[in-house]
Amino acid sequence: MDLAAIFAVEILYALASLVVISSGLAVVFGMMRVINLAHGEFMMVGGYATIVAVKSGINIYIAMLIVAPIVVGVLGVIVERLIIRRLYGRLVDTMLATWGLSLLLIGLASMIFGNTTTGISPPIPGFAIGRYQVNGYSFFIILAAVAILVAMFAVLAGTRAGLVARGAMQNPAMASALGYNPERVYMLTFFAGSALAGLAGGLFAPLLGLVPTIGSAYIAKAFITVISGGASVIAGLVSSAVLFGATSQIFTLATTPMVGEIALLLIAVVLLRLLPQGITSRFFRGAM
Amino acid sequence: MRGEMRHALLVAIVSAIVLAVAPALIGTYTLTLLVIYGILALSLGLIWGFGGILCFGQAAFFGLGAYTYAIAAINIGESTVPFLLGIAIPFLFAAALGAMMFYGRLSDVYLGVITLVVTLLFFRFMNSTAGPEYVIGTARLGGFNGIPGFQTLNVPGDPSGYIFGDAYYYLTAVALLIVYLLVRWLLASPFGRIAMAIRENELRVELLGYDARARKTLLFSIGGAIAGLAGTLYASWAEIVTPGMFSLGQSAEIIIWCIVGGLGTLVGPVIGAMILAYLKFALGQQSVIDNTLVLGAILILCVLLMPRGVVPTLGTELRRSFQRPQTGGTRRRPGASPAERAHV
Repeated sequence: MDLAAIFAVEILYALASLVVISSGLAVVFGMMRVINLAHGEFMMVGGYATIVAVKSGINIYIAMLIVAPIVVGVLGVIVERLIIRRLYGRLVDTMLATWGLSLLLIGLASMIFGNTTTGISPPIPGFAIGRYQVNGYSFFIILAAVAILVAMFAVLAGTRAGLVARGAMQNPAMASALGYNPERVYMLTFFAGSALAGLAGGLFAPLLGLVPTIGSAYIAKAFITVISGGASVIAGLVSSAVLFGATSQIFTLATTPMVGEIALLLIAVVLLRLLPQGITSRFFRGAM
Repeated sequence: MRGEMRHALLVAIVSAIVLAVAPALIGTYTLTLLVIYGILALSLGLIWGFGGILCFGQAAFFGLGAYTYAIAAINIGESTVPFLLGIAIPFLFAAALGAMMFYGRLSDVYLGVITLVVTLLFFRFMNSTAGPEYVIGTARLGGFNGIPGFQTLNVPGDPSGYIFGDAYYYLTAVALLIVYLLVRWLLASPFGRIAMAIRENELRVELLGYDARARKTLLFSIGGAIAGLAGTLYASWAEIVTPGMFSLGQSAEIIIWCIVGGLGTLVGPVIGAMILAYLKFALGQQSVIDNTLVLGAILILCVLLMPRGVVPTLGTELRRSFQRPQTGGTRRRPGASPAERAHV
């Protein structure tokens, strides 16, 4: 019984971490058809922002939930204005330019912080379920994932800004005829996506030691999750996070983390072969 | 076709002279690596620049070639068969992977994801093979440390006649020239013409009755074989193969070489590879500015300012300054076609 509870928590945590890692990329790809290969490095910047803020005496929750998203959001706006704005509609070129950006950020981070691991300790202590010890911080990540999904849905479906954003993505000419500036919408959407990446980086900062190259650990997973999800932002994110998170965690628990990771990658290849446009091209069509 | 081959021969002769003179400026040890990277860049330059297939995982074939050579060389002890296997195995693997993707009608981004994932799979798997149970024949895969101490390239039939140093440099240089001429010949053949037509408009080519899927698969496999060749040559040069050959960074570098050098040309990627690899080597000697930062900045600037790459841009400029003004269609970047925008 205790073991079952642990397994449930572990699997939920795997799903939640995929949601947290991928949400920023999902917003940017789903809404703007831009693939930001520097997403992992945006998370890395969020992580460093958190750690620097905590070390200079700011409360850890404020650092994670407010400082990191704002820092990375501002970085995102700068990047959008300087680079991405010039490449809209050129998917492959955007990927390459953001790949360059990711290398640039890795280089910058290793010049500033050095190639050493830094970290902070999780603010929530672990506790025991029966004979097993659980990481209390896992629950915080699960909670954060739910909050992110609810907030995304609320903004997109419930607010005027979300409506305008969706409209401008679907038909920029029409939105602009109605008096909304699509450029501004793109910029704000990219800000939101980057802020989510920063939030994810902040949330994961206490879990893993931070090095400048940590982004590559995230980007592949986020990329696969978002692409496999398909066109709908939220439904795609949730369905592929559930599929991949559960598979990899079950294999991890049954064998080793390595097998879990390989299982995730293999199932992604098979999935894309069967549903080349992602899960939501077939299921949950028209969902948001 | 004849005119094109004459042009290709001219390029090959000029390159041969440059490659023969180069050891006077740079040590042959470094030069050998630059030439090997040139071959690797050529493989992606072929499938991306002429086939329109953006492969994010060209490093997979590079690493696969190197590992195949190393494993076979340990088991066999003489280098001729391992050398051929190092080309054949990546060819077959690329054929299988390509068939899966192209017969599944996967489009650009999804192609990118699959090739990226396959490369990561190799990377993760090879990193996890440290234990003694991972053995092929008598060769241990060695996990993170890779496989050292295999038979390096020797004169065929004579296992003690190692080819190394200057001789090895000339061998790789000749390999590069041969690969270049073969690829030129391939592109001038009807197969190459149709491959380029598929890049421009796949639907139209299919309506003309050609099987685009089979042709793309074959082109992709040829690219895999060339990358495999680069891998086997690299294995003999470095005398060790490590999982790092499968890394994302390696794949990124190959793409950067092609972008910087220029797509839609063959000389461009080779020159891009050599210049950037040398730049990386030179930057590695100093510690003021980080090497990755420079590479990243170069990639961003190239995508923004010279999306056609250095060699085509220079070529156009030179032609413009030497010739009368003329109206000529500039060739689009294959990655930036309107068809792609419509598909995504």
